[in-house]
Amino acid sequence: MPSMNMIQALNSALDVMLERDPKVLIFGEDVGYFGGVFRVTDKLQQKHGLKRCFDAPISEGGIIATAIGMGAYGLRPVPEIQFADYILPAFDQLVSEAARLRYRSGGEFWAPITVRSPYGGGIFGGQTHSQSPEAIFAHITGLKTVIPSNPYDAKGLLIASIECDDPVIFLEPKRLYNGPFEGRHDQQVKTWAGHASAEVPEGHYTVPLGKAVVVREGEAVTVLAYGTMVHVALAGIEDTGIDAELIDLRSIVPLDIETILESVRKTGRCVIVHEASRFGGFGGELSALVQERCFHWLEAPVERVAGWDTPYPHAFEWDYFPGPKRVATALQKVMQD
Amino acid sequence: MSNRAKLSLYVPEPNARPGQQPSFEHFNIPPAGAVRRPDISALEHEMRDLPFALIRVLDEQHSAVGPWNPKLPHDRLIAGLRAMMLTRAFDARLFRAHRQGKTSFYMKSSGEEAIGAAQSLALERGDMCFPTYRVLSWLMARGYPLTDLVNQIFSNARDPLQGRQLPILYSARDYGFYSLSGNVGSRFGHAVGWAMASAYSEDDKIALSYIGEGTTAEGDFHEALTFASVYHAPVILCVTNNQWAISTFSGIAGANETTFAAKAIAYGIPGLRVDGNDFLAVWSATEWAAERARTNRGATLIELFTYRAEGHSTSDDPTKYRPADEPATWPLGDPVERLKHHLITIGAWDEDRHVALAAELDSAVRAAVKEAESVGTIGKSKPPVAQMFEGVFKELDWRLIEQRREIEAS
Repeated sequence: MPSMNMIQALNSALDVMLERDPKVLIFGEDVGYFGGVFRVTDKLQQKHGLKRCFDAPISEGGIIATAIGMGAYGLRPVPEIQFADYILPAFDQLVSEAARLRYRSGGEFWAPITVRSPYGGGIFGGQTHSQSPEAIFAHITGLKTVIPSNPYDAKGLLIASIECDDPVIFLEPKRLYNGPFEGRHDQQVKTWAGHASAEVPEGHYTVPLGKAVVVREGEAVTVLAYGTMVHVALAGIEDTGIDAELIDLRSIVPLDIETILESVRKTGRCVIVHEASRFGGFGGELSALVQERCFHWLEAPVERVAGWDTPYPHAFEWDYFPGPKRVATALQKVMQD
Repeated sequence: MSNRAKLSLYVPEPNARPGQQPSFEHFNIPPAGAVRRPDISALEHEMRDLPFALIRVLDEQHSAVGPWNPKLPHDRLIAGLRAMMLTRAFDARLFRAHRQGKTSFYMKSSGEEAIGAAQSLALERGDMCFPTYRVLSWLMARGYPLTDLVNQIFSNARDPLQGRQLPILYSARDYGFYSLSGNVGSRFGHAVGWAMASAYSEDDKIALSYIGEGTTAEGDFHEALTFASVYHAPVILCVTNNQWAISTFSGIAGANETTFAAKAIAYGIPGLRVDGNDFLAVWSATEWAAERARTNRGATLIELFTYRAEGHSTSDDPTKYRPADEPATWPLGDPVERLKHHLITIGAWDEDRHVALAAELDSAVRAAVKEAESVGTIGKSKPPVAQMFEGVFKELDWRLIEQRREIEAS
């Protein structure tokens, strides 16, 4: 089985789907001849032809609006928004149109679009190339939000998203494109080579949406994470030596509530980790669900580890980024209660 | 399916890709001096030819010709040349600083230096520019301190933006330079609002805003034009058409179908199309639009026709998507060289003075980099971490106070 980094795995997913389904097409800023600023669509235009993978005007609202129109016609467009920070001009299209088209038309029209977009920090991208906007999409009924944490899942989840008849926001953790990242910014950069999840089949397979995975089994505390933070949380767990159970949610909508509840009822403790700002972040929803459904099993208040409630600050990247040290502190805190 | 002809989806492509012969032969470039200059009192419907023309002043012999010649005194021309050369020297050294790991990011203005320099000098103190990230020459023309620029680029303890912003996304209110953002296009409407506020306040200030040709596809562009048109806002709206938006050629923004200046016609405001590598033409068109704005005649759209001579940023390699020799074949030349030769032609400049000025500017840049390095480069120096929580609101709320306490205790 070939070894792929996350960029290659995503590229392979798109390649497989362009090959299999003539209704699949890709467009977005710089995705055509050049192959995207992160190279995810590299050589797809050359291989599959101009009209299957082409450059779009700099108009996120226009990109999503036309994707919805194509989806309503019967295609399965996979538009790229170059950075998740740039998605906001398309917010009205996503919220008022893509998310509601099926509902308001009585099922006559729907928008089977998959919006790919790199998100998250750790690359010194400053406030407009680092944000994690997943909570604002999770809040919108009618949108699915998927966030892979490794190459194998990235390919399988992307194919599942493209084949899904609902609109999907597919957020790619850009800090994981080339290798797993544990939040130890001062250590040597790792690549995916040799990582079990970098073994990626060349052909078609799916990873189902709405199915979390237990990354590390444990008895003492449940840790919920997704995207880059799966690796950071694991590092934090290993630093403390606490017997924590780590769950990679993989998609936050649909949310695998069963796996979460089963684990928290076993451990009686829960720490939630995300990179996005804390207040109003998706951790708030997870915390509420755990509290509502596991109250009698809980032995300590649920802890959240998240970005501070500030814009993503350039010089303070590593002060802002919730690294393994903050995960370890939260783990120790819930274990003391 | 009926027996009608099958439709096909059209996707435009540039004339040349890497390995092919670059060609600008399809450009219609009229001679300098050929375009008429209407009186500023002319009505929009009387000048709908201008968006399809190309205002040029400097001819092939480096003389200033035609009705758009602004007839500037020598010291103004030399001030412009100096700002352009300083921008280029600064770009060269700071781009290198990125390669040496002293900063996380950099973007050059190469080939576009005439635009910011001419417009900065043509407008007044108190007017406000709403910039893109490629008009460093605006600040250079107004004498912004070089060391402060470098401190911002290094995100160090003396960064005037307190380490909060990506390198080169400056803010310089006292220099008529509005806060930059990494999102494109989103300030185009701010310029219109600022200009409307000036009119509302019966002030005499005007605004100038830039947007790249690629970004004219955003709603921001069309919204700003609508408001500027409806309220006769005293604003100069500039489209910097440098042919490339990262890897995307201008045809993807609609350049094959009409000119960017012609977008003005639909909004009922004058549109000028100007050789952006011609310092004198840029100055003159700006002066014309500024006079209209200052006399309550409203907004003008100016397309500045130019060429992005280098990559989009330090993250980009343009040889991956355009011929490596394309910059050398750009038919409108280099803005620094053109102004230099004009000054020599009129007897206001010579090669020795040029070489001496280049050396002086490079050593000024070198000294500024050295001074900023003594404070620290990226990661080696930063403002106090408590600064991260300032400025989110005018005053910190309990969340930020708690979070600041948490980070200070760790």
